[in-house]
Amino acid sequence: MDRFVSVFEDNNLVVAFAVVGALMLLSGWLSRKLTHGRLQGSAIAILLGLGLAYWGGEATGGEDGLADYAVFSGLGLMGGAMLRDFAIVATAYGVDLREIRRAGLSGALSILLGVVTSFVAGAVVAAFFGYTDAVSLATIGSGAATYIVGPVTGTAVGASSDVIALSVAAGLVKSVVVMVGTPLIAPLIGLNNPKSAMAFGGLLGTTSGVAGGLAATDKRLVPYGAMTATFYTGVGCLLGPSVLYVTLRAIVGG
Amino acid sequence: MVLYGVAALAVCLLVGTLIGELLGVAVGVDANVGGVGFAMIMLVLVTHWLRGKGRFPEATAQGVLFWSAMYIPIVIAMAATQNVAKAVTGGPMAILAGLAALAAGAALVPAVARIGGTAEPLPPLTEHEKQEA
Repeated sequence: MDRFVSVFEDNNLVVAFAVVGALMLLSGWLSRKLTHGRLQGSAIAILLGLGLAYWGGEATGGEDGLADYAVFSGLGLMGGAMLRDFAIVATAYGVDLREIRRAGLSGALSILLGVVTSFVAGAVVAAFFGYTDAVSLATIGSGAATYIVGPVTGTAVGASSDVIALSVAAGLVKSVVVMVGTPLIAPLIGLNNPKSAMAFGGLLGTTSGVAGGLAATDKRLVPYGAMTATFYTGVGCLLGPSVLYVTLRAIVGG
Repeated sequence: MVLYGVAALAVCLLVGTLIGELLGVAVGVDANVGGVGFAMIMLVLVTHWLRGKGRFPEATAQGVLFWSAMYIPIVIAMAATQNVAKAVTGGPMAILAGLAALAAGAALVPAVARIGGTAEPLPPLTEHEKQEA
């Protein structure tokens, strides 16, 4: 048994790849069986991940979720800031400059407006729940943008781990409600053509949420929404810890 | 070579992060200001330029695409290592923040989509397309 455990501990990153792979496989199956593909497998996998992190934290009393178990410590490296930023930058590859121009003024504006709107909405809600410091407000506001922008902003401005976890939760809630809610609100907001789909992708930004939500609405809209949504997290990572945080700090004073 | 793509990605992230650090010092915040964002812009520009010159072959691209594909699994690992136990005390807040962001963003869609002229709705799906979907 000890030898078994030490093999896992010595190969912790490899264990993490296998664990996440198993989690995604299970999530994909749950997505097809329980939600008929309505809720994307990746969203279910993230939900399961947060659930396991809760369980790990409760059981060990540590701060790193499931990675507090030594055999799962590789998850800390795999999901740590270094590889996370590496993968985020990689997603920018293949973005065609001609398509950027085609998205045009409304697409570009929708991304900026979307980041600012989500940031303000999230920060206002956080303020209602008693947060007064600029660091926590900016992190939760950024989390309301996407579950990537939250941790990136939180790490940059030095937020506590629990506030970062809250920002991930807010971003995840957004991703899930966008996926489930898009077909319901599509008729109300005129989401029936490529142009509005691009505006929608830029305003909501959560790539898995937008891609899943648009697929459930009209799959022909997916590439248009995904095109602008792809930029959202990058713009959010650019603005969150900089302009938005500095502005917020000037307003609430520290 | 696959590694060239990975190395290009690494250089972009390192340079972007350094710029972010310097900008943080410049604006007086103890934070990395948009390093990831700068790295993304750099990667798009550099790979576009190299592709144009035919110096970014398929194998090199695979090195970048692999990490792009690892984005969701890494986010899942990240979720599994968050301090959720401590965060659930603020549960309703996360839900409200997420819902507020959706409501505010969706409400702006009609206005933003109108910029530069309105667009015609797509024709209804044909029976054949419905079956494919």
